[in-house]
Amino acid sequence: MSGGSRLDPWVDSYATRARGMTASEIRALFAVASRPEVVSLAGGMPFVQALPLEALAETAARLVRERGAEVLQYGSGQGDVTLRGQILDVMSEVGITAHPDDVIVTTGSQMALDLVTRVFCDPGDVVLVEAPSYVGALGVFRAYECDIVHVPMDDEGLVPAALEETIARVRAQGKRIKMLYTIPSFHNPAGVTQGADRRQQILAIAQREGLLILEDDPYGLLGFEGAPPRAIRADDDQQVVYLGSFSKTIASGLRVGWAVAPHGVREKLVLAAESAVLCPSNYAQLTVSDYLATQPWREQVKVFRELYRERRDALLDSMEQLMPPGTTWTVPQGGFYSWVTLPEGLDSKAMLPRAVAALVAYVPGTGFFVDGQGRESLRLSYCYPDPDRIREGVRRLAGVVESELEIAQTFGTGHVLRDGEGPDSPAPDLL
Amino acid sequence: MQVLVLAGGLSAERDVSLRSGRRVAEALRNARPDWQVLERDVDATLLDELSADAPDCVVPLLHGSAGEDGAVRDVLECLDLPYVGSRAAASRLAFDKPVAKTLVRRSGVATPEAVALPHATFRELGAPGVMAALERGIGFPLVVKPARGGSALGVSIVRSREELPAAMVGAFAYGEVAMLERFIDGTEVAIGVVETADGPVALPAVEIAPDGGFYDYAARYTAGTTEFHVPARLDASIAEAAADAAVTAHTTLGLRDWSRSDLIIDGDGTPWFLEVNVAPGMTETSLVPQALSAAGIDMGDQMAALVERAMKRV
Repeated sequence: MSGGSRLDPWVDSYATRARGMTASEIRALFAVASRPEVVSLAGGMPFVQALPLEALAETAARLVRERGAEVLQYGSGQGDVTLRGQILDVMSEVGITAHPDDVIVTTGSQMALDLVTRVFCDPGDVVLVEAPSYVGALGVFRAYECDIVHVPMDDEGLVPAALEETIARVRAQGKRIKMLYTIPSFHNPAGVTQGADRRQQILAIAQREGLLILEDDPYGLLGFEGAPPRAIRADDDQQVVYLGSFSKTIASGLRVGWAVAPHGVREKLVLAAESAVLCPSNYAQLTVSDYLATQPWREQVKVFRELYRERRDALLDSMEQLMPPGTTWTVPQGGFYSWVTLPEGLDSKAMLPRAVAALVAYVPGTGFFVDGQGRESLRLSYCYPDPDRIREGVRRLAGVVESELEIAQTFGTGHVLRDGEGPDSPAPDLL
Repeated sequence: MQVLVLAGGLSAERDVSLRSGRRVAEALRNARPDWQVLERDVDATLLDELSADAPDCVVPLLHGSAGEDGAVRDVLECLDLPYVGSRAAASRLAFDKPVAKTLVRRSGVATPEAVALPHATFRELGAPGVMAALERGIGFPLVVKPARGGSALGVSIVRSREELPAAMVGAFAYGEVAMLERFIDGTEVAIGVVETADGPVALPAVEIAPDGGFYDYAARYTAGTTEFHVPARLDASIAEAAADAAVTAHTTLGLRDWSRSDLIIDGDGTPWFLEVNVAPGMTETSLVPQALSAAGIDMGDQMAALVERAMKRV
């Protein structure tokens, strides 16, 4: 047909990679989740209200007053050198030693993820990711037209034997694997953590197979028990590109993250960063730098840990009391998320409209896969609502699951709905 | 003169409603610079604000439940606030697809045969038996949709017995009652109806040709994925019959000010009424704005005319 209007004169001009950028029913439902009546266990927004806001306000004002010509000016593409030094201090918590020159500051670690992919991946290159994996990373890999292959996980994260098997299988297909993307600590969305042995095994496989590890560690300092897990990068400075972030330890709105990379990689990342954004925000960087220099930031991280631990407990306790038999979940030892598996035959994506009508929201498991897996699972986040709201949210969710079980009993299970287009995940500003 | 555009709400169509509201408010501001046009969500503080500082007129652009089922309009009537659009009782009839179809059919407009059943019926009588009866009664292909709701949320086209249970689960996720309707193969059109001093008038029909063949949520709200022809490529007599059907639906259901009927024109040129909307979408990709544009009517002028009409009812 021709001669009509498509309401978008550029419809024939878009790149192939824009194909999946469509409106989605799931996104429409998340729009409701932002209302205060809804208990949102969907978003991943850190509870920044717990920050010393007055001190940050004073910092922000002082920076402009006293160093305005610097903070409001362009800066280095690699990031502020003082902040890069301070980042080394932060990373010492997870066992990493490096030089300030090894660090590149980015607009959130999301940008570092984008830069690493841009530098390494041609269309069709394989990126190995956990099953499930961080939705924001999947979005980046998709945007660069990577072939994303999931590797199974268990309660200790990525399974080394499965990694070996996947590498062999993918290479036997004649495909080129560019990297393994992993979140070893307090995984988003799975809520699990790789033990020290597991990390060593994964590193050994990567070394043996010549596989770059992209280690994403935004939650590493937010463990509820003991010292922060030692980063994989702490044991190999050549095999690993490490991504860190102040989004969860200070403030996500500042958009300050970083990458630590071997010399050759880092040089390319800096050039790529300059072409993308010229430089990260000086104002945001120097706010972080001043905060780290003048505030007891380690104490503040403890405040966050306690806050999130209390909320994790509220989530787990209420699920234990209320969720119907057959529901299982991971027990996170840190971070923001628990991964819930529904009673057999239920579909978390199909159930979401019912949940939103019952004023509770979650993210369907399908959002964390590129291959349609995850229907039986969902991600619950406990970072933002207070414990009473979390308990109320679980109470509502349990009722929704009960109703869905009735529907499943009526119509049988295992029916796959027509898959809508567009993202199955919320926008970053969803509570 | 203060006009309040209500948009948002708690329905699954919240996002669409917010976009409709923003667009209508902007159009009203452009058309009537001397009016104060405000936009507002519907929440627990609304009524206090309306009592303290009542607007001269309300434009409810809430899609889905509460907005289109008459509930919010009932409250506006209790508060004696003039508003644009159908009264609460008529909205309730229109929003319930099986009820609307029954009434419109009685006025002589064709509508595909349909059955509306709550989940309880399937549970009590056994889903396999009920689905077999539906297969005999309606036959494939058929359309499964929530009895109440819009934006094609929860809607599936079912072409075989195997696809039916999943479609039922999908529809029941959006409501307690699902409607199964015979699928009519043909040209999908939407016809806006606006009331003037001379009575209700049909706008040019908008012909909808989604790339994937199914005008689902993504096809509705992703620019570029659906081709529209305005006016629809119909013979004059068929276009007239379709316009008459839309106006008949509007008057039969006792609708007021404006509505949008969705119809299918089959191969014989018969217009089949599917459903009617009392708060039509007004987003960048919605149908009524295209129809107004094709008719040479400025959206702001049209909405202002409806506001002025509502004011005269006081």
